[in-house]
Amino acid sequence: MARDDNYDGPILEIENLSISFMTRLFEIPAVMDFSCTVMPGEAMGLVGESGCGKSTVALAVMMDLGKNGHVVGGSMRFKGRELTTMSNEELRELRGSEIAMIYQEPMASLNPAMKIGRQLMEVPMIHEGKSKEEAYQMALEVVSDVKLPDPARILDSYPHQISGGQQQRIVIAMALMSKPSLLILDEPTTALDVTVEAGIVDLVKGLGEKYGTSMLFISHNLGLVLDTCDRLCVMYSGEAVETGSIEDVFDKMRHPYTQALFRSIPLPGADKNARPLVAIPGNFPLPHERPNGCNFGPRCDYFEEGRCDAGDIKMGPIEGDQRHDSRCLKFTEIDWAEPIQASQDVEDVVLGEVVLKVDDLKKYYSVSGSAFGGGEGKTVKANETLSFEARESETLAIVGESGCGKSTLAKVLMGLETASDGSVVLNGVDVEDVAIEDRTVETVSQVQMVFQNPFDTLNPSMSVGNQIIRALEIFKIGNSHADREKRMLELLDLVKLPRTFATRMPRQLSGGQKQRVGIARAFAGDAQIVVADEPVSALDVSVQAAVTDLLMEIQRETKMTLLFISHDLSIVRYLSDRVMVMYLGHVVEMGPTEKVFAPPYHPYTEALLSAVPIADTSIEKQRIVLEGDIPSAMNPPSGCPFQTRCRWKTDVPGVLCDKEVPPMRTLSNGHQIKCHLAQDVLDRMEPVIKVSEDA
Amino acid sequence: MGMFILKRLGVMALTALGLTLIVFYMTNLYPNLEKLAKTQGNFRMSETEVSTWLNNRGYTRPLLVKYGEWLGVLPGYVIEGTDGEVRARCAPQGQSVEDAPEYCGVFQGGWGYSSVFKEPASDIMWKRLSLTGFLMLCALLLTIPVALLIGILAGMREGSKTDRTLSTFSIVTSATPEYVSGVVLIAIFASSAVGLKWFKGSATKAMESPDFENFTLPVLTIALFSIGYIARMTRASMTEVMTAQYIRTARLKGVSFGNIVLKHALRNALIAPFTVIILQIPYLLTGVVITETLFNYKGFGWLLVQAAGNNDIDMLLGVSVVSVIIVLATQLISDIGYVYLNPRIRIS
Repeated sequence: MARDDNYDGPILEIENLSISFMTRLFEIPAVMDFSCTVMPGEAMGLVGESGCGKSTVALAVMMDLGKNGHVVGGSMRFKGRELTTMSNEELRELRGSEIAMIYQEPMASLNPAMKIGRQLMEVPMIHEGKSKEEAYQMALEVVSDVKLPDPARILDSYPHQISGGQQQRIVIAMALMSKPSLLILDEPTTALDVTVEAGIVDLVKGLGEKYGTSMLFISHNLGLVLDTCDRLCVMYSGEAVETGSIEDVFDKMRHPYTQALFRSIPLPGADKNARPLVAIPGNFPLPHERPNGCNFGPRCDYFEEGRCDAGDIKMGPIEGDQRHDSRCLKFTEIDWAEPIQASQDVEDVVLGEVVLKVDDLKKYYSVSGSAFGGGEGKTVKANETLSFEARESETLAIVGESGCGKSTLAKVLMGLETASDGSVVLNGVDVEDVAIEDRTVETVSQVQMVFQNPFDTLNPSMSVGNQIIRALEIFKIGNSHADREKRMLELLDLVKLPRTFATRMPRQLSGGQKQRVGIARAFAGDAQIVVADEPVSALDVSVQAAVTDLLMEIQRETKMTLLFISHDLSIVRYLSDRVMVMYLGHVVEMGPTEKVFAPPYHPYTEALLSAVPIADTSIEKQRIVLEGDIPSAMNPPSGCPFQTRCRWKTDVPGVLCDKEVPPMRTLSNGHQIKCHLAQDVLDRMEPVIKVSEDA
Repeated sequence: MGMFILKRLGVMALTALGLTLIVFYMTNLYPNLEKLAKTQGNFRMSETEVSTWLNNRGYTRPLLVKYGEWLGVLPGYVIEGTDGEVRARCAPQGQSVEDAPEYCGVFQGGWGYSSVFKEPASDIMWKRLSLTGFLMLCALLLTIPVALLIGILAGMREGSKTDRTLSTFSIVTSATPEYVSGVVLIAIFASSAVGLKWFKGSATKAMESPDFENFTLPVLTIALFSIGYIARMTRASMTEVMTAQYIRTARLKGVSFGNIVLKHALRNALIAPFTVIILQIPYLLTGVVITETLFNYKGFGWLLVQAAGNNDIDMLLGVSVVSVIIVLATQLISDIGYVYLNPRIRIS
């Protein structure tokens, strides 16, 4: 069938779509009564937490629901043609040529054993019958379109030979090879670093404008949707709950879930006192446990018994707005302007003694060269001259992108690795050379870790209670089993899990609950220092706030020192007292949170801040997109580690940046940066994030 | 790469040295030597006669000296026996002692003399090894394409009828040992029980002139077992690859199913079975002994049994070295091939 390039109606119309997955026992509805329309050139955002059905919608548009998935009702029309009744042949012609998709994990979605060039060339060869040479020329062109350096070399490499950001650009290039009318982006930047994400977002926006492609942008990140989309559809538990233009939904939300979602995400412009986080109570319902009536009912502040749970609720238009609908019975009655109530007043913590002192810490790894183990060995400098202190009750955030050495630092502190040089003093004891197996029980129980992925860190065949008791046994706490059991129950209280959870198995818990168990386990031995390695990044937005609040509450009670490792500057701003920004193994900036988040910045911090997507229409930010990738730690640039991507480099006289690693210098009151820029240049810097006046 | 192969060759030499030393020690235990003396000399020899026989032939000297002679780092013995005859290690029967070289060990290319077959050990080994090698080659030539085809056809649509049929076939064949399948095949195709009589039940003639009639059944017996095993591996690998995200990418690019299987899935799915296939070679080398016995085909397995049964020291040592070389060489091939199949792998 020939492509209809002159079609000017809606690109995609979905009406009352329902999708179910059939298992042997019963039918699980994944998407119910979903409608949306995407006009030519329009970018539609699909937002919701994991399990809300947004990816199912995306795959349904491609009609790729697997063996068990079935469209059980409604219709989907692509350029006026019904998708649900198309044959395989017809679908194959659409896929990759008119509708293309970009995936969450670029590494997994590229064939590892096929050169990139061949994977790209395949598209025009299938759909347009192009010859190899023509296809190669097209591939070259598209690869330079997605701003990849040295296209010919990239086409001749395997996916694993390029970086994650480059892989995602290749996936985008692949989608653009045939200039599709509709581009589906399924969490395209979730697996990437923020500065890389910013580059990709810019690229997608630019290409959308250049080719006039319509987009269906699926994300859990509201800020990202604000940056990229014209319209937005919020999904909850298989249903669209609110849909409308970005401005309407962001500024005049008319569904309690949308409101709750916005209130549970931290904004980098505000700290915990200016704008407290409000966690959504309860848990996301499983598909077969959905309540009657409104799915959000049990977690909603405005829930009214007998009305909200009476029967199915339809989408209703909001008067005065264009194409703005909400699935709520009460949206006309709720006072949407009511200010957020802070759950409790938070006293400022008093910082205590220095409990951890790191001085000039270095950690080098050596790796071998070629494919068969020969060649020159190389050194990876994971940590370079790190010096910092952390006090009792203090939250020190360690921020940086992947490969900056923050996890290596955590490993050295925990004793999983020993330092190459320098010292780590923990409560007056030198521990830099002591591996974890040689540490005393006391030291081990003092420094504990909360891991990123709660799904992998709990033993799946041991009950929650026993896992905590096991930790107590290892730390030699309690004299009898009864003692430990009592302590275990107290720990469950501490992390606000019901005591009945002690007998549950990890698979019976949700992600947030598992993370609470992880936290309880870390506190089994009254840890004084807790290293939290991205503790909430694997969790859903609505749960993140609750876990974050829990950590801070425990901190107030136990006066522990929290080393909070994160790439999420919003959350760092929200909870930390001091921030340490790392780049390629160096600490480039360190200081009290409000100082780090205000000018003068280190150029890297500035770029990092500007890259964070912010879900607030009243905020204006400077857009600074870093060129290229983070250099390899195996082959770091000479001089300043950031000099290859720094936009301020020209303000430094001579070749100082190329030659010398800048010394750490103190600007004011504990605020240190590692930069050659002169004071007057630093003073010229403007804030990256500005709240506009009329907000 | 060169360094890597060199290292592996070093490992190979060390392993061969270690293994032969163990075999040498075992075969030179006194009871074994006594058995040797009695089978070579006379079964009714008295104890003193045995020790004289052994003394005259240098068997009772220290172990390491004998091992050194075998290796060729020590000069071979020249002993004037109590019976007045002068015997030299390097002068086998019929050769004069004066003409014999001083050293005649492995390093000089001498693999010793088989006490059972009365021939130089290397000659026999080559002969038997080539016979088994030919059997193995035929079996592999049949096994690999058939097994891969079955595995891929079964794995590309998991749970389909094709998958279930082929999986059942491969489970049955891999669960049937050769001595059962061999007997069954003979009964069906070579005996009057069924009456087909298409092939011969013995492969004795195949040693000189292998043809379709006398060689099919042994090859089929070995192949059936391996086919089942390799097909299972390939299927498992294929089903895993077919659920990978890059296969979904290809599908949503509009690639047809046939091309998805051939262009995208195949190479990735072959990575795991490749190792299994290569490791099948050393197994076949010794594993064929049952099939060889069943069809009276005197190959390497048969040789090993004969040598071990008669404490044929030189023969056993030679067989050990050959086995070590084959096992480690196939492993080397599998490692190198793996790197080429899977661009992500680096060996360190």
